[in-house]
Amino acid sequence: MLAFAFTPALGMFLAFVAITLVITYFSARKAKGSAAYFAAGRSITGWQNGLAVAGDYMSAASFLGISGIICLKGYDGFMYSVGFLVAYLTVLFLVAEPLRNAGKYTMADLLAYRLKQRPVRAMASLSTLTVSTFYMIAQMVGAGGIIEKLIGVPFAPAVIGVGVLMLVYVVFGGMLATTWVQIIKAILLMGGAFALSWMVLGKFDYSLTRFFDAVAAADYGGTQTPRNLLDPGLAYGASAANPWGAWDFVSLALGLVLGTAGLPHILVRFYTVPDAKTARVSVVWATAIIGLFYVLTTFFGFGAAVLLKLTTVPADVVAGFIPLDAKGLPNGNMVAPTLAAALGGELFFAFISAVAFATILAVVAGLTMSASTSFAHDFYSNVIHHGRETKPGQEVKVARITAFFVGAASIALAIKLGSSVNAAMLVGLAFSVAASANLPVILFSVFWKRFNTTGAVCGLGVGLVSSIVLILLSKNGLYDAKTAPFPLANPGIVSIPLGFLGAWLGTLLTPRDPEAEAKFAELDVRSQTGLGAEGATAH
Amino acid sequence: MSTPENFDPTPISGGPTDVAPLGRGGEKPAHERTAGEDGDPYDWAAIANDPAFAELKRAKLRFIIPGTIFFLVYYMTLPVLVGFCPELMKTPVWGKVNIAYLFALSQFVMTWVLCALYVRAAKRWDRMNAELLARFPRR
Repeated sequence: MLAFAFTPALGMFLAFVAITLVITYFSARKAKGSAAYFAAGRSITGWQNGLAVAGDYMSAASFLGISGIICLKGYDGFMYSVGFLVAYLTVLFLVAEPLRNAGKYTMADLLAYRLKQRPVRAMASLSTLTVSTFYMIAQMVGAGGIIEKLIGVPFAPAVIGVGVLMLVYVVFGGMLATTWVQIIKAILLMGGAFALSWMVLGKFDYSLTRFFDAVAAADYGGTQTPRNLLDPGLAYGASAANPWGAWDFVSLALGLVLGTAGLPHILVRFYTVPDAKTARVSVVWATAIIGLFYVLTTFFGFGAAVLLKLTTVPADVVAGFIPLDAKGLPNGNMVAPTLAAALGGELFFAFISAVAFATILAVVAGLTMSASTSFAHDFYSNVIHHGRETKPGQEVKVARITAFFVGAASIALAIKLGSSVNAAMLVGLAFSVAASANLPVILFSVFWKRFNTTGAVCGLGVGLVSSIVLILLSKNGLYDAKTAPFPLANPGIVSIPLGFLGAWLGTLLTPRDPEAEAKFAELDVRSQTGLGAEGATAH
Repeated sequence: MSTPENFDPTPISGGPTDVAPLGRGGEKPAHERTAGEDGDPYDWAAIANDPAFAELKRAKLRFIIPGTIFFLVYYMTLPVLVGFCPELMKTPVWGKVNIAYLFALSQFVMTWVLCALYVRAAKRWDRMNAELLARFPRR
């Protein structure tokens, strides 16, 4: 049934959709040619791209997921906030500028620069599609469940609606529209986070001391007895049930800090700016915005644990009861909207819900964009057609068709999986694949002259396979906590070194590649100085 | 729907060359050429062997290598301490606020400070870079 009530949340969300569609319309009129479609004409300024990077990063997992996990697990949830931010130092120091200087549209441009194009691009494209698809299914599945509760649209039409809108942005508007959707959403999200934090502090007379005193005796931490939520160990503490807890914590932290620098939908953002200097500025903007946001998670995450109430009755969000999920446990994803309803009433609940919906929509669009760019540019143009366009505009056309299929496939998968799939597992998989497969080969191709094609293919392959296999063997995969052959939920601490080892051994065990080493001087000069880099199209 | 240009909320992105279809017969504009098509407009080897280039790379690595080691160690110390010495981390410092939370908060400050230091260092690299490139015009 498609009949649903016209709620304020739905109204606010429709307003957001209307604004973004206008932008898509205008973007579509001027987005002609590959650089315009894939990289927004390289015309995005530093602060704009900073907001867009922040927008891509502050997904539903960040906003709804982190506030939920802090509320339910206390300090251990806050570790996600820390890891997600520090990760930007990896991006800034090691990846952003060389990538912008030596690439064109995708991560593989840098990897394949001095190596054999086809094998390297095929593997890089496979890894990009894997990361994007897992990340996207997680967002879509999360989206369906949340929209059902927030806006009152049933699961299947909600997912189809998100999918179709996302396709409109990507297919017609390309990177320019996707970027502006991200910027608007980032501003809305920051506004919502500030307002929510301010209201929480208001409950404690704007006194930090009183706030932290209350957090230290919160009666809502998934425990139902008062407990100091600032103490670590609720989720990852070593215990009889989970003797590997501390290692899991270290592994998660490692995956977070190294994974971001390999996430394709973040990396493609650096091609939308005119030069490496602007890429640098945009990382700095993103770090400032994201950092501020994650500091605020203190207030609306811990605040929710103090102010909201556990319930076993059907939820009443306005009274501050967190709704339950299918298993009868408090639904972490509903913590932020419930807090908004309890503090700011129905209209503020509507605003936060619409922001959450916009967040999912924008991130899904960004992911589809990076997946279809990689397929069209790396796989179709360079692997199948050896880097030559068969017809004018073929690459963009293929990307649009790919976007359609990627969108349709993830809509179908999300509806098929329903809300039974573990979204955290999918996002964890995306981060560990990014850190284990993509990061080692990016670093080696920029900094190691001897690096060769076999090394790149091995590094990508070993990183990709080891992280997927380890997750399948863990309690997040095919096993439960007692029987899992691999004791950690996060594979990073094993799979990241394996990715580096694969790339290193693959290189050393095969003959030197004189051609690749001869081109190292050129790549080195390009990536370090930006000489000959692809510039902005508007001169 | 009438769409006067001045209602357009998005920035100008397309230059005149941008609108031309790809794959056209004639020569591509400079910014659209790929490395292969460029036909080596620069003497890469000469730049790579220039002492000023080596100096630029050294300057970058002198910042990036210690910086990366520092932030990775500083960051990973947090999960290691939290995981293996939870009792130490639960020690209250300021009211009810414990070492664990303050250490986590210090990671934010650390990130912003390193960001600022990087930007300052990068300004120096940009100057060195400009001086280097001025001596190697496009041929």
